[in-house]
Amino acid sequence: MIKATIYVTLKPEVLDPQGKVIKTALDTLGYHNVKEVRASKMFEVTIDSETDTIEKEINEICDKVLANPNIETYTFKIHD
Amino acid sequence: MKYNIIIFPGSNCDYDAYYITRHIMGDEAEYIWHKDTSLKNPDCIIIPGGFSYGDYLRAGAIAKFSPIMREVIAFAKKGGLVMGICNGFQVLTETGLLPGALMLNRSLLFICKHQYVKVVNTRTPFTRKIMQETILDIPIAHNEGNYFIDDDGLKALQDNDQIVFQYCDKDGFVNDESNPNGSLLSIAGIVNKKKNVLGMMPHPERSSDPILKVTDGQQIFKSIKHFIKK
Repeated sequence: MIKATIYVTLKPEVLDPQGKVIKTALDTLGYHNVKEVRASKMFEVTIDSETDTIEKEINEICDKVLANPNIETYTFKIHD
Repeated sequence: MKYNIIIFPGSNCDYDAYYITRHIMGDEAEYIWHKDTSLKNPDCIIIPGGFSYGDYLRAGAIAKFSPIMREVIAFAKKGGLVMGICNGFQVLTETGLLPGALMLNRSLLFICKHQYVKVVNTRTPFTRKIMQETILDIPIAHNEGNYFIDDDGLKALQDNDQIVFQYCDKDGFVNDESNPNGSLLSIAGIVNKKKNVLGMMPHPERSSDPILKVTDGQQIFKSIKHFIKK
């Protein structure tokens, strides 16, 4: 079993109103030094797979399902 | 003419679409369950509004994998008419039948209200009986209606005459004030390059019953009927 942590984030050019509101909330709480917040999604996926095919499989899963390529990009970490 | 109305778990505007097409427009209409593997001879498919699969992952993201979508995509590729309303528009962008994506409203609020839209393209089967620049009163009810596409995509939409509806005020001015959700260029609805697939965030089926006084949405259904019957 291989565990992977996948981060799906909005592309930098895409407006993130959730991130903006979170930053405003932090500002209200006195954290004036927080300059920007971007909210992302994190998926923990456990796959029964081989180490030499796992990256290709995760890329496919991300491209087909987890991320919308119009507005999102992704990165992932594979845990041994 | 005959409509097929696709129902996913979580769709909730299917009955309104059926009621208007069947009982107000007088056309044939049938429901198609998302797990079915064949359509029922439609002239036009409606993918109705609602919250298919609870909007899990992203609105419309899971619905695109339902068995019936294979048939819907094949039908669209052969030139058949497909109309995605609200969640239906989201499903169509997720399947790739329409370009771009629908994102969270910039206000982060679910917006439910009457909305004016301007018909900026009457060269589609869905708008051919409407005069250019007509202002229609069609309600919106959505949390993810903020249309986005990258710069190249936007240029393609404009070059190929694919923008159909834009949010506007009662006088037809398309501007930031009259844009309810932050949509790029106030886009409320688009078609694909071949103009046989329409996606729109407003609900024309909520603006077609005479008992509700405003029936601007009927003009879209009349256009479809005119196109099919020609």
